[in-house]
Amino acid sequence: MPTVLILGAGSDMAIAIARQFAGEKYDIQLAARNAGSLNALQQDLQIRCHVKASVFSFDATDFNSHAAFYAGLPVKPDITVCVFGYLGDQEKAQSDWTEAARIINTNYTGAVSILNIVADDYAARGTGTIIGISSVAGERGRQSNYIYGSAKAGFTAYLSGLRNRLFHKGVHVLSVQPGFVYTRMTENLTLPPLLTAQPQQVATAVYKAAKAKKNTVYTKWFWRYIMLIIKSIPESIFKKLKL
Amino acid sequence: MEKRLANWGNYPALSCDESTFSQDEQIQDFISSHNSIIARGNGRCYGDASLATFSVSTLKYDKVLAFDTVNGIFECQSGITLDQILEIIVPEGWFLPVTPGTKFITVGGAVASDVHGKNHHVDGSFSNHIISMDVITGNKDTITCSALVEPDLFWATCGGMGLTGIITRVRFYLKKIETAYIKQKQIKARNLEDLIRLFEEYNKYTYSMAWIDCLKKGDSFGRGILIVGEHATADQLSDSQRKDILKVPGKGKLTVPFNLPSFILNTFTVKAFNWLYYNKNTKREINNVVSYEPFFYPLDAILHWNRGYGKAGFVQYQFVLPLEKKDGLVKILQRISDKGLGSFLAVLKVFGKQESLISFPMEGYTLALDFPVRKGLFEFLDELDAIVLQYGGRLYLSKDARMKQEVFWNSYPNAQKFAAIVKTYNGDQVFRSVQSDRLLLTEK
Repeated sequence: MPTVLILGAGSDMAIAIARQFAGEKYDIQLAARNAGSLNALQQDLQIRCHVKASVFSFDATDFNSHAAFYAGLPVKPDITVCVFGYLGDQEKAQSDWTEAARIINTNYTGAVSILNIVADDYAARGTGTIIGISSVAGERGRQSNYIYGSAKAGFTAYLSGLRNRLFHKGVHVLSVQPGFVYTRMTENLTLPPLLTAQPQQVATAVYKAAKAKKNTVYTKWFWRYIMLIIKSIPESIFKKLKL
Repeated sequence: MEKRLANWGNYPALSCDESTFSQDEQIQDFISSHNSIIARGNGRCYGDASLATFSVSTLKYDKVLAFDTVNGIFECQSGITLDQILEIIVPEGWFLPVTPGTKFITVGGAVASDVHGKNHHVDGSFSNHIISMDVITGNKDTITCSALVEPDLFWATCGGMGLTGIITRVRFYLKKIETAYIKQKQIKARNLEDLIRLFEEYNKYTYSMAWIDCLKKGDSFGRGILIVGEHATADQLSDSQRKDILKVPGKGKLTVPFNLPSFILNTFTVKAFNWLYYNKNTKREINNVVSYEPFFYPLDAILHWNRGYGKAGFVQYQFVLPLEKKDGLVKILQRISDKGLGSFLAVLKVFGKQESLISFPMEGYTLALDFPVRKGLFEFLDELDAIVLQYGGRLYLSKDARMKQEVFWNSYPNAQKFAAIVKTYNGDQVFRSVQSDRLLLTEK
């Protein structure tokens, strides 16, 4: 059976993605900082979907451990999904470097560190799919979350470059640009219901887009157009907006 | 996040803060940081039992932890819903030991309400089938309890409406089935007397319940349709059913997309509906084999059917009266019929014996019906409460949104004992709901 590696498997979005792929009969490798917290999900996937699920300890910000982590996987995954992320506290991050560094290192540096390793393996083998969960927040910096947004912008650019490089090696890279999603990360925000997706909707969109070898997928789909409009606002006006 | 929450009856609707969790430690953080919490599952209790200034949604705490397909033992986190469990267990030849009339409830909710089903007279309520469960109590300890270990906590949690703590894991027995089908029999009853006689005649059936027309007067007073059933064996199935004897039916797609205007429900439309429902069965007796879905969950086929009662919402009134107090049932039905307030699909069932601390079921007749919220309703229900009390009955806390506290204290014989146990495990009254405050189970 094909195998999917889920990096940052503890989040609501990751759980939905894991269940989606398990439902399609993929074996699942779950990786997160606190591997013990994944045991219930591991049982759940095995019992619900009759697939093999395994659990690994993985810390996105412990860059030096990434090569050993990937080398230690007993089966190399056919698909790697990079889900981990950290929203952080924008106001705090503006003056507190520890918070800013955590946002950057989780959303960008950590993702680059591990995906470089996965990409080399896939390129050498001439097969594989890499799925990166970025964010529409990376498409234009706004005062309310530009540290997170800029890290995601870096990640989005990384994914598009990676796609360009690996296309020639037969490896597919999918960038996922979720808009608002109802997860624990956004639980304290008031989100507009019409614009906000459930994690399950993201998972279904990710699976379908990966299967169809799409390059970029927005969830919900109309976020592509919302972002087009937002990106087309002239900077002279945009800078005056309270966004 | 602060939002407007209501349970299935859409009454009451309150502004509540709601958070989710997927790890036990997060519950402990909630207990440390809040002085008022109630667990909330899928919001299918009808009233205010899972509403509080801060409610903890269990829906993301929904993992299956173990499934012993040989002995039929299932273990899961409390936020998984019964429809998900059915999808896992039915293909393996197992079924829920007890299920209410909707599969869209969580296991935690099933325990906290100690739900009953059409088989109560044979199999009892959900608590009868629990092997053990874990509860995080007021002092943040996780306590494993069962009928033998920490029995006080166990019995106060079964039917205890979440007041002992947050139920985290439940381990329970399943029921072996040969097929996913039910061999059912529907028998029309001309009136209440006929219906009650039929209940007695067919009491050997595992599943039984009756739909009853609350608006009919005269000779047809209390007419209804008794529906009984057994899990079908493979040789009872039709050729097309035999192709997949453990088939999980597809998901329903019908929905009520928005609240219907409340004037749609009136005596005339309810009478017309009842006439159609009664007369759709042209024969006195119908025998057939159907999937478990329409037999157990006919209303689940229409998502959001609660919106049919309009924006003001509705309350479901469910009471039980002791078996020998049949005249109380007649009296209440008469009041409802006189008032012309009857609802679609009032349901009558006979409960078997049950020993419990605070669970709703007791041997007797239970009637459940919906009333749209409108002027004068609550006064009328207070009058019905008085009759229920007079005949030694009680009301189901999961359906309740309006009972006066004295009705509760005078009708549940173990109320004092229950309150004392709650105090042991929830001394600071951190677990409390709008309902527990209203019933003075917690102090305001």
